Amino acid sequence: MSTLIINGKVIDPSQNISSKTDILIEGKKIKGLFPRGKGPKADKVIDASNCIVFPGLVDMHTHLREPGFEYKETIKTGTMAAVRGGFTSVCCMPNTNPVNDSISVTEFILRKTAMEGSCSVYPIAAITKGQQGEALTELEALIEAGCIAFSDDGKPVMNSLIMRRALEYSKIFGVPIISHCEDLMLSEGGVMNEGIVSTTLGLKGIPNAAEDVIVARDISLCKLTGGRLHIAHVSTEGAVNQIREAKARGINLTAETCPHYFTLTDESLNGYDANLKVNPPLRTSADVEALKEGIKDGTIDVIATDHAPHHYDEKNCEFDRAAFGISGLETAFSLGMKLVHEKMIDIKQLITMMSVTPSKIMKINKGSITEGADADITVADTEKLYNVDPKKLVSKGKNTAFGGWELKGAVVKTISMGKVHE
Amino acid sequence: MLKSKHLLGIKELTPEEIYHILDTASGFKDVLMRDIKKVPPLRGKTVVSLFFEPSTRTRTSFALAAKRLSADDVNFSVSSSSVVKGESILDTALTIQSLGADLMIIRHSSSGVPHYLSRSLNISVVNAGDGSNEHPTQALLDLFTIRSHKKDIKGLEVAIIGDIAHSRVAKSNIYGLTKLGARVRVICPPTLMPAGLEKLGADVFHNIDEGIKGADVVMALRIQLERQSKGFLPSLKEYFNLYGLTGERMKLAKKDAIVMHPGPMNRGVEIASDVADGPQSVILEQVTNGIAVRMAVLYLLSGVKQ
Amino acid sequence: MSIEILNSKEIENAITRITHEIIEKNGGTKALCLIGIQRGGVLLAERISRAGSIDEIGSLDISLYRDDINIKNEQPVVRATDIKFSLNGKTVVLVDDVLFTGRSIRAAMDALIDFGRPAKIQLAVLIDRGHRELPIRADYVGKNIPTTFNDTVEVRLHGHGSKDNDSVILIRGNSK
Repeated sequence: MSTLIINGKVIDPSQNISSKTDILIEGKKIKGLFPRGKGPKADKVIDASNCIVFPGLVDMHTHLREPGFEYKETIKTGTMAAVRGGFTSVCCMPNTNPVNDSISVTEFILRKTAMEGSCSVYPIAAITKGQQGEALTELEALIEAGCIAFSDDGKPVMNSLIMRRALEYSKIFGVPIISHCEDLMLSEGGVMNEGIVSTTLGLKGIPNAAEDVIVARDISLCKLTGGRLHIAHVSTEGAVNQIREAKARGINLTAETCPHYFTLTDESLNGYDANLKVNPPLRTSADVEALKEGIKDGTIDVIATDHAPHHYDEKNCEFDRAAFGISGLETAFSLGMKLVHEKMIDIKQLITMMSVTPSKIMKINKGSITEGADADITVADTEKLYNVDPKKLVSKGKNTAFGGWELKGAVVKTISMGKVHE
Repeated sequence: MLKSKHLLGIKELTPEEIYHILDTASGFKDVLMRDIKKVPPLRGKTVVSLFFEPSTRTRTSFALAAKRLSADDVNFSVSSSSVVKGESILDTALTIQSLGADLMIIRHSSSGVPHYLSRSLNISVVNAGDGSNEHPTQALLDLFTIRSHKKDIKGLEVAIIGDIAHSRVAKSNIYGLTKLGARVRVICPPTLMPAGLEKLGADVFHNIDEGIKGADVVMALRIQLERQSKGFLPSLKEYFNLYGLTGERMKLAKKDAIVMHPGPMNRGVEIASDVADGPQSVILEQVTNGIAVRMAVLYLLSGVKQ
Repeated sequence: MSIEILNSKEIENAITRITHEIIEKNGGTKALCLIGIQRGGVLLAERISRAGSIDEIGSLDISLYRDDINIKNEQPVVRATDIKFSLNGKTVVLVDDVLFTGRSIRAAMDALIDFGRPAKIQLAVLIDRGHRELPIRADYVGKNIPTTFNDTVEVRLHGHGSKDNDSVILIRGNSK
């Protein structure tokens, strides 16, 4: 079975391609690239007129919730949401139940993906057993089973010595250690950003310092160990500045942020909408500006989703009790396009940050449209306007922070391993 | 003349609405002075109080206010209710609405709960204290008390001393006083000051003597004993030494300054007994005024049709 | 269309006559007090008080006793009630400017009884315009005026010194 994508504008930053090109897919692989109109006959033709065609998006930071929290999301629904949002690969965080700290959980995830997944799934294993922050997991066995990175996301490693050991030991394999930077003592009990808005709402705040001090610690440890550090979901101005400065000093680290952090501020919490409750919390406009600057100048390498689906009941309750997290896979590309429409970055950079760079950091063979590569391709209409209707999300988690928003730029088709998802 | 059928906070009220509530409360204060302290306007209405935090004074004050207005007053006790059986707060509230309540008075330790419930209920919601957000009827009764001693709230210098970071009373008073044109000085240790407080229009002092100087009204707030164990304060004794309202310190305020406290008091922690019981104290008057103000709130809200 | 139905002179005469009748019927001013109903009755009660040297006078706000409190769209404004003396054993003359459906008087009697137990309650009004909805009748009437239900009767009394501007106006409403 062959498919030909015609009339689209192909943008592949990995090869510096930006041209009117037709793409031939054969089975699960890309068979070849042809100048427009010069492609061979195929069983199926996809007309990508007025659209851009680029390497399928890669999300470095997804919560698929399975095993253990199937009422929030499953591998089936989570990967369906991924392809709806233009993602052909997702890296799933280990805070499931049981925690992905053993090969049996990893194998379960991969087996489920093979059976029900709509896109590729790359498990991230826990740094420490049970995410308890005490003893390292068996990195070799987990990598052998298919894990590509390590993180105690959601439960940061508070013990600096353990973090040092993780960064040291992981050097054997060259895999990234992904750090959720939060000082749990400073953030204790907090439910939103600390500032005038938290004071006005009477909610307990989480200061920027809770993130900044751990970013500082991890940069120091990264320098000390020469390990492969990746900072997850950067939300503060201070973190951006520290990462920029560390990179200038030649320290080997990368960093991601998420669409909600460069789109929303804590001001939007007025009215106690629990769908905006997320950790790290939405910060101030100064932080948003700093993040955009960091995206523009390359301090921030990746835009990830931190897709954190929750059940309706976990958000429809007292704000203090509501779960942290935003369902993000299906809006991420459009929110990234917002930066493009604002001329903050160009489309090439957006695709780099959402496909090419995450593939490189995770060392997976994705993010490039070349002959023989996996047929992971996304087709998007950058000018298409649509309204975000939480009820229409494919994900089980309807907890988008952007319900009712009008966004510009929509994914039209996602092709994952040769299979077309409309 | 109130725009909303809910009273969620002072933040949401206009100065005109605040004055309207205070003026109405004057009429009810008269009723409370009579032999027969009961009037019929809420005959046939049911007021349910739903308190998720222990409270005796506020609950009793609301209950009396409801009874004085001839409403039926029902107390939904949380410890004996299905909430402890794991029912969601919204289900509890909807159940009470279906039982036929017309007004719901709610107190909860989480900020924003009254706002959250009001979005799903048809009946009026009165915030009787939510987390460290607001305690609007306390601020209204404080404003009422201040107004009965000082002709005009506009231009007054009001000092509020204590745990501002955790105090919904302080917050509601800051909103109310600044809306009516008073100047608010907030006096607290830096560990008990919320972020960005100065943006609410209050002047911040960490030295009580400086903050109290020339004040028309001095309000001491309750210090919760747990603040010590959580490391906000080295000890309550040190707090009293640094921030306790003593007779000596009251001399720095205006001669005719009044002393207020929302209760319950910790004598020897935030206020000295000679001040609490002294001639400048209006603390017990605040309690009486609380009923009149809550009557006004219940009366006016039950007239708002939306 | 509006018509003046009483001028200031006629009002003055009516008040004088009501005052005399009150004193005559009660055999003097002993144990007699006047209670003006907010707002129209308050000034009228003051005028009667001066004309007849009836010293005990108060005002009564009936808004909390109205029977339409749950029907109207907005709560009536609560005004001052000012009764500084005991009503027990007194003859209370309720004073209002216009007697219409009788509902205000019903509310006023309920309110009064919350203050004490008067020996008698009597009613004095400047204008009786008919259309009673309750079995209530005035003891003292300045003038009976036939009206339709939708008419409006406005009693414009003024305080000290400007009595010359007093008048009672009938504004014709649209008959249904």
